[in-house]
Amino acid sequence: MNIVVLVKQVPDSGAERTLSASDNTVERGSANNVINEMDEYAIEEALKIKEAHGGEVTVLTMGPERATESIRKALSMGPDKAVHVQDDALHGSCAVATSKVLATALGTLNADLIICGAESTDGRVQVLPHMIAERLGIAALTGARKLTVDGAQLTAERQTDEGYEVVTAATPAVVSVWDTINEPRYPSFKGIMAAKKKPVQTLSLADLGVAADEVGAAGATSAVVEFAKRPVRTAGTKVVDEGEGGVQLVQYLVTEKFV
Amino acid sequence: MAEVLVVVEASQAAGVKKVTLEMLTIARGLGEVSAVVLGGSGAAAQFAEKLGEYGATKIYAGEGEEVDGYLVAPKATAVAELVKRVQPAAVLIASSQEGKEIAGRLAVKLDNGLLTDAVELAADGTATQVVFAGAAIVKSKVTKGLPIVTIRPNSITPEPAPASPAVEQLTVVATDADKLTKVVERVAEQKGSRPELTEASIVVSGGRGVASADNFKVVEEIADLLGGAVGASRAAVDSGYYPHQFQVGQTGKTVSPQLYVAIGISGAIQHRAGMQTSKTIVAVNKDAEAPIFELADYGVVGDLNKVVPQAAEEIRKRK
Repeated sequence: MNIVVLVKQVPDSGAERTLSASDNTVERGSANNVINEMDEYAIEEALKIKEAHGGEVTVLTMGPERATESIRKALSMGPDKAVHVQDDALHGSCAVATSKVLATALGTLNADLIICGAESTDGRVQVLPHMIAERLGIAALTGARKLTVDGAQLTAERQTDEGYEVVTAATPAVVSVWDTINEPRYPSFKGIMAAKKKPVQTLSLADLGVAADEVGAAGATSAVVEFAKRPVRTAGTKVVDEGEGGVQLVQYLVTEKFV
Repeated sequence: MAEVLVVVEASQAAGVKKVTLEMLTIARGLGEVSAVVLGGSGAAAQFAEKLGEYGATKIYAGEGEEVDGYLVAPKATAVAELVKRVQPAAVLIASSQEGKEIAGRLAVKLDNGLLTDAVELAADGTATQVVFAGAAIVKSKVTKGLPIVTIRPNSITPEPAPASPAVEQLTVVATDADKLTKVVERVAEQKGSRPELTEASIVVSGGRGVASADNFKVVEEIADLLGGAVGASRAAVDSGYYPHQFQVGQTGKTVSPQLYVAIGISGAIQHRAGMQTSKTIVAVNKDAEAPIFELADYGVVGDLNKVVPQAAEEIRKRK
């Protein structure tokens, strides 16, 4: 099975994040950038399917030059090769344009299965998998907490607010996964060394035949008008339980009219 | 006045969800409110009264197996066809997983911009979003096409504005591509009568400190006494104490209730990302240095197994 995993480099969600003052896009220059956490689960799922059914795993990333770090990190887990869509004109692309670029790149990769994280920790928009499926006219099984592959038949348990839905489709398909689906492996030393030699193909917009004015700030379908830091929460009252902590807590809730 | 389409978030079991009432309230500031019900046969009839109560003057009903038997795609097709026909001023959709997915497909079909997770939407289409785990507030606009905006639950207080909506049945013709992913089963796992996590005005969450799945009854007990939903930190979910759909945090649900009670939760940034826009935060933790106390309006340093049951008992006494 030919599997492509979508990997996004994002600012570390454990550190302070902001927007760039110059153009209101996510500040990536000064941030500590990492693989979007949910994508590690997508890589793991792809590797498990390859191990069980054979095939090849390709990492596909759209991002600036420094996303190379995340691509090598992804490859160190075990995928065979990577494709990096990189072009200065992509800076500031909206979700609609991003889906166009990724779908075009995917069109050249002939994937049976496209796996990605259910959302990124920076935008948390969750729309890309269905946008890509819509553009490619293929199936989408999103929000999977469990995935079964039986030949060309895919079955996923999709997490919902009430419980889950069982959804099925044949390949080719896009599958997005939550972090409950597996436990991603840590790269081995051997994997890290091997990743340095794995092929990474770089594609520009010209290579893909996408016009520069369809993407980036020029082609954006939405724009941030302004942004401001939210006031930081401050600590309120803290009491140490000396036998009446529960009662004190309820007294506070009564004062605030929750009880 | 142009129509504003509100794509109804509802389920047979839960009825019309609160976020739908919020969207109807917001939509009244933008135009003539039309609700779009997409679901199984009879869905519109089931929800019509509630939708009218909150100001829907028209209901478009796309019902049946053609809509409900496949994942998301036919719903986006139905909305797209409706948008082309009625040329609405805006489309409002819930910021649920499915809502965002409909919005995403709709944006591609119409080659139109979209904004997700708005907590406010002004009459001129400017949306307010809270981003980066509550660290920043952003105002955004769709710059291509009409505003397609998903609204985060618990953003505003819904206000009734009774109307008598007329129901118009839509003929939804799903394409072959729309029917590629079948929904073969819908399984309800959530038990009891607790409110839904993202919509609850009170959320009580347990963390690693709860120490076992069995001991989560301590969290559930006080949640039920307060009429709240139960949540869990990622540490608690990863340890198998509570199911994943109740996870609050960066990789789980984002909640913004009036009251958030954190029990045995240290308050790692992963967790804070999902709850720090809550109005009031209360914490119980045995570690006085736990970061959760930095944002708690009221904190009790102590053993949760003593403090929480005592609090439950005190609430019972006062009832």
